[in-house]
Amino acid sequence: MSQQKLTVSLSPHTSGKDSVHRVMIDVVIALLPALAMSFYIFGFGAFRVTLLAVFSCVLFEYLIQKFMLKVKPTINDGSAVVTGMLLAFNLPSNLPWWMVIVGSLVAIGIAKMSFGGLGNNPFNPALVGRVFLFISFPVAMTSWPKPIVTRMSLVDAVTGATPLAIVKEGFKNNVAVTELMTKLPSYLDLFIGKVGGSLGEISAAALILGGMYLLYRKVISWHIPIAMLLTVFVFSGILWRVSPDKYIDPLFQILTGGIFLGAIFMATDMVTSPMTPKGMIIFGCGIGLITVVIRVFGAYPEGVSFAILIMNAFVPLIDKFCKPSKYGLVKNG
Amino acid sequence: MKLKKELKTFPKGGVHPADNKLSANRPIEELPLPQTVAIPVSQHLGAPAKPIVAVGDTVKVGQVIAESGGYVSTNIHATASGIVAKIEDVMDATGYRRLAVIINVEGDNWLENIDRTPDIKSEINASQEEIIKKVQADGIVGLGGATFPLHVKLTPPKGKKAEMLLINGVECEPFLTADHRLMLEKGQEILVGIRIVMRALDVEKTLIGIEANKLDAIEYLRTLTEGDVGIHVIPLKVQYPQGAEKQLVEALTSHQVPIGGLPIDVGIVVQNIGTIFAVYESIQKNKPLVDRVITVTGKKLINPSNFLVRFGVPTIDLIKAAGGLPQDTGKIISGGPMMGKALNTSDVPVTKGTSGILVLSKNEAKREEVLPCIRCARCVSHCPLGLEPYLLMSLVEKGMIDEAEKEIITNCCECGSCAYVCPAKRPLLDYIRLGKSIIMQRNREANQKAVQEARK
Repeated sequence: MSQQKLTVSLSPHTSGKDSVHRVMIDVVIALLPALAMSFYIFGFGAFRVTLLAVFSCVLFEYLIQKFMLKVKPTINDGSAVVTGMLLAFNLPSNLPWWMVIVGSLVAIGIAKMSFGGLGNNPFNPALVGRVFLFISFPVAMTSWPKPIVTRMSLVDAVTGATPLAIVKEGFKNNVAVTELMTKLPSYLDLFIGKVGGSLGEISAAALILGGMYLLYRKVISWHIPIAMLLTVFVFSGILWRVSPDKYIDPLFQILTGGIFLGAIFMATDMVTSPMTPKGMIIFGCGIGLITVVIRVFGAYPEGVSFAILIMNAFVPLIDKFCKPSKYGLVKNG
Repeated sequence: MKLKKELKTFPKGGVHPADNKLSANRPIEELPLPQTVAIPVSQHLGAPAKPIVAVGDTVKVGQVIAESGGYVSTNIHATASGIVAKIEDVMDATGYRRLAVIINVEGDNWLENIDRTPDIKSEINASQEEIIKKVQADGIVGLGGATFPLHVKLTPPKGKKAEMLLINGVECEPFLTADHRLMLEKGQEILVGIRIVMRALDVEKTLIGIEANKLDAIEYLRTLTEGDVGIHVIPLKVQYPQGAEKQLVEALTSHQVPIGGLPIDVGIVVQNIGTIFAVYESIQKNKPLVDRVITVTGKKLINPSNFLVRFGVPTIDLIKAAGGLPQDTGKIISGGPMMGKALNTSDVPVTKGTSGILVLSKNEAKREEVLPCIRCARCVSHCPLGLEPYLLMSLVEKGMIDEAEKEIITNCCECGSCAYVCPAKRPLLDYIRLGKSIIMQRNREANQKAVQEARK
């Protein structure tokens, strides 16, 4: 008995229950309320795009690892599922099927696998896929179906501009803010998500619900979302206070476009965000700032994706300068 | 007892693994002596002791069998009476073969001048100097795990003065209950021991830190110290690694020990409960350090227990006394699950540094598959020393040791919180240890070179 084989390894001899797999499952769970909302608002189109994106992301990851990299496929970790879902969330629900597949290929193949797979990609893969589609197929990517609930007929081809696009267009044509407001959905509709847009970005309420779950599960911390939301609110608020007839109010700013989707799910992507609370706050503020600059002064009505990708590039720099305070360096007293 | 509001802890990092204090309600039992004991001459930090007995000699319990091998070293005593059978290398908990004195046990004859009665002797007659000399002669070392010779700790370096004594009753390692039981069963002796150490250090104030999962011990020591102006019991929030010296200092006093320094740099000396009890026995009862309380535990063990064990007893005897080695044992650990050492064989003798024996099943012993780092930052937020384990690991992996040194990798206390929380199950601490050992090796070589240069 005393001579049976024993494992000899260094401490610690026990580990916590959380795993990469569990983290990914948590993200998927957190995305469910927003997904349900998009099914409700956009109907079958949302279902089709989500399923297609998830399926092609997982398939591309498997094929690339198996036949190009010749390594053991790691699709079990669930990260490709999350990428697929997040990509779908950033697409209009009526996007042609082959564009969804192209976007998935770019997200997984170029943004993730070419950098070395999970954990090594500097840019958020889903956003790279979205921006690639956005630049390549601007018309298809900005023809948003109107929500079923506000449409009279169930014809799939009814499309319209997003609230942000209406604002951008209006300012371009010197339409007064008061007149613009009559064309825009109410704050409550914006909050609940009865508006046009990418399929996952519309409902702030559903996204916040998912975000609270992530906070509860400690998958994300509050730093990035709060820093980003506050920056957008404060910066656009200052502009609005200075000249209310030239700029739209801050509440409208944070309720529209991909602010909540970006703040809760895209910017908090662990792989492409900073490691320390201090760094996370800088990162979140940077995204908020760039978003408003693009929205207000740029050519595009919406800037969250670009803002996050730009700040992704700064993450190594932020990590280098925002270090945790080391024990024993501070003076006592 | 309502404690929630007053609970202190260290401010940054740490984890909270499942307690698993299976043996908390088991009183300390004395383990019967085996037929032979193998007493390693190196059971402490520092130079090994030098054997002074020869094969064939008859020894009594408490007799010195190996003499201190330098200043940072201590005497080793016979833990059983009988005849010295062999003096040879035996594998110890580190996995290395080291010199040990092997005694064939005959009866249980102690040196006559050792007081083995259970009477509590609370009047302290020894002077400061006598105390320090006596604990050195009696082979007392820190029993919290580091086994640092006590007399060195009681002699602050020139220019430094201890202001406060901290008593470590935290026992933050899951499973272990030895200190807990000692506090409950030997509370009065421990308080005498504390007063002895206070006299040796010439300090007026002592704080006893105990985690709130040992409410009975907190309550008991509080009743014993009621009205005492110098000694206070401080309940602490349950948080690993609070029993690490630096974290305990910060939890109790809000001071931080400077990098590369010791608690004495901020006027503090930390002693563990077990050590304090050994001091009591040495000074008041003239009993050298020949035994200690060891928790023998594991989820599959029939009777997780706390045993009073003589040093040199094979580990397997302890496990047998706790119900025998379970069929599917995968790992035997000397110490707790967070910082203990995995043993090569179950024959390893227990020594002064053995605080517990933990038996893990094959399933528990399995390390999970390692995945790429997903930069979740949990290792960073849980490191109690403010290090960035993910960065240190990748620096060491790439051989960038200088950069790792700049990140103060050497301040790592190896508590394992980073590896514990890592969802990708990365061997963060393994690589950090590797980096630390390369740096220490380099420093040693540089020192030797400097000495050789100086000789020329």
